[in-house]
This record gives sequence, C-alpha cells and structure tokens, in this order.
Amino acid sequence: MFAYYFQLGLRSLRRNPILTALMVMAIGFGVAASMTTYAVFRATSNNPIPEKSSQLFAVQIDNWGPEDTKNGEPSSSLSYTDVIGLMAAHKARRQTAMYPVGPSVIPADAHLLPFNVNSYAVYGDAFPMFDIPFLYGSGWGAAEDDGHAAVVVIARAINDKLFNGANSVGREINIDGRNYRITGVMDSWNPQPLFFDPVNTSGFDDPVDLFIPFTRAIELKMGTAGNNNCNKNSGDGWDAWLHSECIWAQYWVEASSKADADAYLRSLQGYAAEQQRAGRFRWPPNVRLRNVQEWLEFQKVVPPESKISLLVALAFLLICLVNTVGLLLAKFMRRAAEIGVRRALGASRREIYGQFLIEAGTVGLAGGLLGLLLTGLGVVGVSWVFDPKVARLATLDASLVALTLLVAVLATVMAAFYPTWRAAQVQPAWQLKSN
Amino acid sequence: MQIQPILAALKRHKAGTFLIALQIALTLAIVCNALFIIQQRVERISRSTGMIETDLMAIQNMWVGLSDENASEPLIKADLQVLRQLPGVQDALATNSYPLRGGGWSTGVRLNPEMKKPAAQTTQYFVDDHALATMGAKLIAGRNFRPDEVVAIDPKKFQFSPTVMVTKALSDKLFPGSSALGKQIYLSDGTPPSTVVGIVERLQVPWKGGFADNFEANSTLLPVQLTGNFTTYLIRSKPGQLASVLKAAPEALFKANRMRVLPSERGVRSFAMVRQDAYKSDRGMAILMGIICVVLLGITAAGIVGLTSFWVGQRRKQIGVRRALGATKNDILTYFLTENLLIGLGGVLVGALLAMGMNLWLMKQFEMARLSPLYVITGVIVLLLLGQGSVLAPAMRAARVPPVEATRSV
Repeated sequence: MFAYYFQLGLRSLRRNPILTALMVMAIGFGVAASMTTYAVFRATSNNPIPEKSSQLFAVQIDNWGPEDTKNGEPSSSLSYTDVIGLMAAHKARRQTAMYPVGPSVIPADAHLLPFNVNSYAVYGDAFPMFDIPFLYGSGWGAAEDDGHAAVVVIARAINDKLFNGANSVGREINIDGRNYRITGVMDSWNPQPLFFDPVNTSGFDDPVDLFIPFTRAIELKMGTAGNNNCNKNSGDGWDAWLHSECIWAQYWVEASSKADADAYLRSLQGYAAEQQRAGRFRWPPNVRLRNVQEWLEFQKVVPPESKISLLVALAFLLICLVNTVGLLLAKFMRRAAEIGVRRALGASRREIYGQFLIEAGTVGLAGGLLGLLLTGLGVVGVSWVFDPKVARLATLDASLVALTLLVAVLATVMAAFYPTWRAAQVQPAWQLKSN
Repeated sequence: MQIQPILAALKRHKAGTFLIALQIALTLAIVCNALFIIQQRVERISRSTGMIETDLMAIQNMWVGLSDENASEPLIKADLQVLRQLPGVQDALATNSYPLRGGGWSTGVRLNPEMKKPAAQTTQYFVDDHALATMGAKLIAGRNFRPDEVVAIDPKKFQFSPTVMVTKALSDKLFPGSSALGKQIYLSDGTPPSTVVGIVERLQVPWKGGFADNFEANSTLLPVQLTGNFTTYLIRSKPGQLASVLKAAPEALFKANRMRVLPSERGVRSFAMVRQDAYKSDRGMAILMGIICVVLLGITAAGIVGLTSFWVGQRRKQIGVRRALGATKNDILTYFLTENLLIGLGGVLVGALLAMGMNLWLMKQFEMARLSPLYVITGVIVLLLLGQGSVLAPAMRAARVPPVEATRSV
C-alpha cells in the first residue's frame, strides 16, 4: 500500500508542478537555513572533553572586591599571588596554573626564519588532567616544576616541521635563544572550544603548539600573550607587576567526584577567608568553581551571531511550514471530488490519512534533498558570516545529512496533519451529488 | 465596497485566513528585526577611523630572543630608519596599536586624583611625532608632539607621560562645552597628571564594537615608544605606491634584522585588508539577513498567491452569479484586493506586536538596541503592498470569470 500511495503522491505532485515547486522550495530553503546555522551552533556549543567535562573545574577568586567587579561575580582570571597560593596548598587531586605565552622557535637550520608558537605555561599535572595524547614520550613531573626545568612538550606539527616527524624526545629545541629538552611530542590534540582558555581566545583558535613549565616561564619573566587586567596601577617593573592584583592567569583543578569537588570548593572558601583575615581581601570570600560545561556557558563561547542566526533560521523554517500548511490545504481540498469517489468506493478515513500523509512525506523528501544541496552550499558559505576559526568547525557530516532529511520529512508531515484531517472530513455524498 | 459580505465569506475559510495572517505576522516580525540588524551593522561598518586609509599599511612584528624588555629600543629605532628611507614610503610609525586592529590598551581617565570613578574610558596609542602624518589624522587645536618629547619605556614600567594629545570626542566627554587643550588629566591612579597639548579631530579605538561601543572615538596619544616583544608599524606609502611597499617593507625589515617573526596570518596587511578583516562578520551578518528577508518575502508572496488561487477556483460559481447579477470586473477585482487587505491588516497588527516583542527579547539576550518604530512602519507598508501585489494575478483571473459560469453545475 505504501508503494502505491507513494506513486499516487508522485503523480499528484506532477499534476500541479508550480504549486509543488513552491512547497519543495519553501521546505528546502527553510531546512537549509536551519541546518546551516545549526551546524555552526553545534560546533560552538560542542563539549570539547566529554569524558572529563564534569571532573575538571575552573577556579575564580574575587581579589578586587565589590567595587571593581560586575554583579558580584569574581573575574575570570586570577592574580599570580592567588594561583601560587593555591598551587602551594595543593588541595586537589591534580591542579595547574596556566597562562598563554607567545615565544618563538629558532630553527637549528640557519636558513629557516624563526617562527611564532602558540604556547601555554602550565604545571606537569595539566597533561593527565586534560587527557593530552602523546605520540612520543610524556609530560614532565613535579620535579621539573619545582626545579624550573628547561623542558617542553611540543605538538606533532612542530615535531614534523623541525624533526621530520622523528622521535625527538630528549633532543633540544631553541626557544627565544635558550635551549629546552623535549620530554614529549603530543599527538593531534585540538579540543574546540578551547575550554581551558576561552578568556584569551574567545573559545576558538589554532591548536596549542607547545607547553613549557609555568615556573620556568615566570623565572624568565615571560609576560602573558593574553589579556592582562589591573584595577590599580601595578607599579614599576616585572616584580611589582607579578605581585600586584593584576589578573592574567587561569587555574584548573581535577576532582573525580562530587564530594571531592565540594571539598575543594570549601578549601577555596577557606583560602579566601584566610586572605581576608590577613587583610589582603577586605570582603568576605567570593569564589566560584565551575566545571567545563558551566565554564563555557559562563564565558559565552557560543558567539551571539550563532544564536541569533539559528533563531532567525528556525523562525524562517516556521514561516515556511505555515506556508506549506496553506499550500497543502489548497492542494488537498482541490481534490475533494477525488476523495469523495474513493470514500464512496469503500476507502476508510484511515486510508485517506495514509495516502495524503505519504504524499506530504514525498514533498518533504524532495524538499529535504533540495535542502541538503543548499545546506552544502551554506556550510561552504559560513565563513562569510563567522570568524574563519569558527566557520571551519561547521561541517556537513553524515549525522547532519540524516538530520536534514529527517527534519524536512517530519516537518512536512506535521504540517500536513491539518490539511489531511480536512481532506478526511470530506463527505462522499456531498461530492458525488454535485457531480 | 462593502466589508460585511467579505467578512462573512472569510468566516467560511477560517483556516486559510488564519494561515495567511499568521504568515504575514511572522514574516513582519522577522523582516523588521532583520532589517534592523542590517542597519546596525551597516552603520558600524561605515564609521570612519579618522585616518586616511588609502596608501596605508600595517606590520605586526614580534622580536625573537630579546635579552630583556628594553633590548628592542635600538631595534625599533633602526627599523623606523629603514622604513622611512625606503623608496615609495612617505612616513612610518611604531605604535602599540591602531584603529580596527582588535587589541590595545585601555584605561579610565580622571580629572583629579580623588575621583572614585573615571570620567571617561580611553584607549592609549603609544606613538611618536610621526603619528599624525602617518595616520593622516587631523590636528584641530594645539600642537603635535616634538621629537625631543618622545621617550622609550619598557611596557611593564610605563607610569605616565607629561604630555598627551586627545581626540575631540574624548575632550568633549571630559570637558563638555569647553576644550581639553592645556588642561590636566590623570590616565592612571597614583601618578602625576598629563597635560593635553593637542586635539585630534577623530581617531577610532582599536576595537570595533562590543565593550568599546560607548568610547569608540575616545583616544589618547602619548609621546612614548613602548619597547618589549611586540611592535606594530604603520606605514604610509607615497600616493599609488602601496602595492610595491607592501612587498618591499617586510623584505627590508628582514634584511635589517632577521630575529623577528611577522605572523603569516596578520603580519603584513594593507589597511583595506585590516578593515575587511575587522568587519567581515558584520558584513556577512548583514548579507545573511538580507538574503533571509528576500527569500522570506518571496515565500510569503508565493503562499498568498497559492491560497488565493485556490479560493478563486473554489468560488468560480459564486463569482459567475455575482457577474450575472451585474457586478463589474472591477467589483470582483476590488473584492479580492479588499479581502487580502483585511487579512493583511490583521496580520500586520499581530506582526507589529511580535516584532517588538522579539526585539525586546533580543535586547535582553544580546544587548541589541531598541527597534525604531520606523522599521515596523516600513515593514507594515512593505507587507501590505506585497499582499496586494501577490493577490493581483489571481484576482484578475477571478475578474475574467464569465457570467455564464453561474449557469454551469460546477
């Protein structure tokens, strides 16, 4: 029966090509606009580290007080004093202070020009915390952190460039004129959004090329390559700046259970209370502990453009569907006589429902195929509207293809409910009489 | 024209009437807000930087292997000499940032050290006496910096500058009704004041929107060359020679000193490229909203044509009866036009409310501005005209129904 109704549907669609084309185009455009913007939204609201997102926490401590903070919310970055204080307390299972640095690698080959590497200064705990995969070697340990050791972990791309992809663990690399020993080469690691640093990257950026020990970077007076915010004049020179209340570092902790996280939050409040007693904070403890998803939400990494365009596209799809309801109504009611004959010959209402819903599904499928084509074009064109670093994340994969077709067919069938119901209400006697 | 019979007829087509009205309402809501977004983006894109943007280019330079922050002072001096002597170059400048670059320094300005909250927010451009000539910014009062005023300072040690120039926008904000020229302002807490020696007509801040929207032209220029790892060069070529300087300048810099990185992505750009990069997403958003508006209006028009055609087909007999009873072709045409106008009016009424509601929601969620009623009025007129336009063809077909139709059985 399905095949027969499907054929009937196709035949009926051919009978009014213009009306059919209108419906198919409306659905195609509506679905394509929604799916294209959804592809971007899906990429920007992605969970970058699904297996650990509820165990990793970003720390916030209010070191500026109510006068310089907005709505009582502590700033998103921390001062050096606070991250060092928390590292010393060492209250979590794993923890790391971190900040972005922008050193340059000087290739051993004198013919090559130095190049900039996208880098972070971290503690050794960062590698197991962030599940960073290694091609060769590993991260460094507490001994290197404590010893301000000249060690680095480099990305696979850098290893390919400098060592032609060979195992470079134990070899040296010249960074800003100083030699560092390579302890590990990362395999491809590029979580998007960059959950560990939305503050300095807006969430989407190139993968990290290199990690160096936090303690080493501070010893070498490497300034932050990201934002530095001060509520007061930081004074004269590096040491004054380092020990000022300027905020520029991030702090991440790992807690394997809810109880551990609660315990850490209490220790954080304890730390802030201690600072209050010592007279550094003249306000009660104001701290936050947010897991990866909460942190990304709080940092608003989904660009407003993405949300607005998704909303507009969904509204657009809604209008297209309203339009389809109207056109299907016109199309079905025009065939009142035909319905009357079928009913008189013994077709039940249920069969009328089946026939017309399948016909609508055919329209939806055609619309979906057109929508797929347009979505493909749309995904290529997103770089027009969005930052290229965001746009390149939007892809037309198998799941999006399936979703496009599914949305098109489902939406059209749903739009067809009312017109079909009207069609099924046709009184056979009435139609036959007037003929 | 009698409204009563039309309303009576519409009551028998509740579903179709409701669908057309709903479609008009939703379309109006979307189109109004989309047009408003377009207007806001276009307004942002068309803001002037205050500079003469032709024959201007920017280089982003990062020093490699500096022994300390101050080690770049002689390197910057040498670079500037190389650039200013390069054939085809009119003038060159080392600065921390420039309009539309995206990153820079910002600070609060106080009129006296006791002020709790700053009187205005400003960006700080650390430049030398070549700034105005290179940027093409216009001095409207006071004087430019003198070469002997310019000092080189480690960015971490910078405290204050005895003299500064400010833009007119900042001057107006700090001293409404008078001028900042010759007055003292405080650019940081706990430091001595700076005396304003010159007023610049306009110079935009490095940020194009968002948090900088309320101080987009509040700029301060300081006669200070910041040392450190990062230096930005602005270069003005002689008229028409930008293309050759874009190639020659980085080559000359690498020839002078190869221990530097000019990032591949944004290292060397003409100012036209800077502008394009800065406003890329604004332009894209405006185009996207434009496309959506056009397609949406098209689809709504098509929907009206489709449903009205169906109605005309359904009512052929009634139209024939009316014609046989003496109604002119014009009467039939007016009937359908009026019917559409009534539905359209209902739709735009709801649509106008929806448009404003949607705007309120967008304002709350995305910090958008309030929708001007002008957009709603324009949208209402456009949609009513669209409705009349799309009903015209089916209505004319209806008017052509011959009176003899009344005598046929169907």
